[in-house]
Amino acid sequence: MNIKLIDAAEVIRSKNSGPYELTFDIIFREWETFQLFCDKKLIGKELIAQLYNIPQEKVINVIEFKPAKAIKATIERPMASGELGETDVYGAQQHAPLLGLEFEV
Amino acid sequence: MEELRILSPTAILGYGFPMKSFEEGMRRHPHVIAVDAGSTDPGPYYLGAGISFTDRTAVKRDLGIMISAALEEDIPVIIGSAGGSGGEPHLEWNVQIVMEIAREKGMQFKTAVIHAEIDKDYILKKMDEGKVYPLHPAPELSKEELERTDRIVGQMGIEPFIKALEQDVQVIIAGRAYDPVVFASLAVQKGYDRGLAIHLGKILECASIAATPGSGSDCMMGYLGEDYFNVEPLNPVRKCTTLSVAAHTLYEKTNPYILPGPGGVLDLTNTEFTQETDNMVKVSGSKFIQSEEYTIKLEGAKKIGYRTVSIAGTRDPIMIAQIDEVLQGVRERVEDNFSDSQMEYFLDFRVYGRNGVMGALEPQQEITSHELGIIIEVVAQDQATANTICSFTRSTMLHYGYQGRIATAGNLAFPYSPSDLKAGEVYTFNLYHVVEVDDPNELFPMEIMTMGGSV
Repeated sequence: MNIKLIDAAEVIRSKNSGPYELTFDIIFREWETFQLFCDKKLIGKELIAQLYNIPQEKVINVIEFKPAKAIKATIERPMASGELGETDVYGAQQHAPLLGLEFEV
Repeated sequence: MEELRILSPTAILGYGFPMKSFEEGMRRHPHVIAVDAGSTDPGPYYLGAGISFTDRTAVKRDLGIMISAALEEDIPVIIGSAGGSGGEPHLEWNVQIVMEIAREKGMQFKTAVIHAEIDKDYILKKMDEGKVYPLHPAPELSKEELERTDRIVGQMGIEPFIKALEQDVQVIIAGRAYDPVVFASLAVQKGYDRGLAIHLGKILECASIAATPGSGSDCMMGYLGEDYFNVEPLNPVRKCTTLSVAAHTLYEKTNPYILPGPGGVLDLTNTEFTQETDNMVKVSGSKFIQSEEYTIKLEGAKKIGYRTVSIAGTRDPIMIAQIDEVLQGVRERVEDNFSDSQMEYFLDFRVYGRNGVMGALEPQQEITSHELGIIIEVVAQDQATANTICSFTRSTMLHYGYQGRIATAGNLAFPYSPSDLKAGEVYTFNLYHVVEVDDPNELFPMEIMTMGGSV
């Protein structure tokens, strides 16, 4: 069976966590799917690194947050917010690559 | 222990709130009205330049309503991170607004003003003592870098607010503060649990963003008990659900279980969210763990130059197909033209339709759009140089003869005349560190003054 992340999640978003980090929240619709993603470790540092084409050590953490049925990943920003070359000061439009994720389970 | 009621009218002072929601809040007889006015989100410019990212008229509107209502009920109004960044000019800006309100409404009240801008010499001394360190992944701070900083603020904790409350003031206007403490300080002063008070503050600082549907410009009420708190939106169209409240805990945080702040961390490992009523959520189990050293988070910005931008678009498929070559060719022509001058500048092209939003993080290589938006950006040591390079880049790009060009009249569509916009001073963050302090109040001097009436 294939699960598209965009079907399984009701929120997929990105935002700054301070000026030097970018954090992604994936909030699932159903407990079962959240649990499945956690049990099978479907979203990990490696996947995030691959998706954003960054070295794995730039992925600060991937955390399961049960109270919100959420998986959260945080990466180092390519540059501090507002630095020369900045494209997204608030970091609120960096989520799109997550929307295309599909998992075989 | 009686429930302590805290009213948060809006996510950021100046973002506004419906009068009906606010009145609904006042009917619940809050013990305090508190508001967070700041964020680093809008970027380094506002901190560096000493300018608020919120609008004066909008801030005055919100504060006028809040202060009038608070005086009637004889409860305090607490404002944190005044003027958005909470430095001296930001604080002064907010104080002036409150003075104006007092004068115009014929009110008189005792006010505490708490400063949060920090002297470089203090940081230098603390650096020598090895008591300043970067918050990963911010870089280490050198003395040279500190010298280049234009403004430094520290995020105050709960203690300066408690000190002000002890003076029996009606209004507290504070510089940069850790967001939750404006909501938590009265509770902590009265002996409520610090962990629950700060967690409640974490939720209230964004007002109705933690409800569903969320809103940054609507009121939220917090009820703090001995071993729990409740949160309730004040607009009947919104509800707090366990999911909406828990989800908000994730927002803008790196690790939602451990949230560091001044003097310790908020530990949410054992936090429970339960649906208390249809629109109210109960939270319990949040703990404050005091740290060995009391640390204050520092934010600093430095000026790096002046910016000029030119906004344009292209609809030509032949040009779009070789956009990278065109940009490279234009860049080389600009560099060559001024190679004899001493001009130093940063030239960048933001190409919307390719990677204008995600830059280096963009995984899609291929352009699928029929048109591209292009921003020519130049940052230089002075505005004149930025203007020169932007203007020259724009005209070069307009008439650049790329391979296979058929539209020979001009390569760019400009939406505006003038096509070049001076964006003024440019700042970057260069301090995101913590400093160990001996006393939580040592960086945050307070003044007591009377607003309005005859002083």
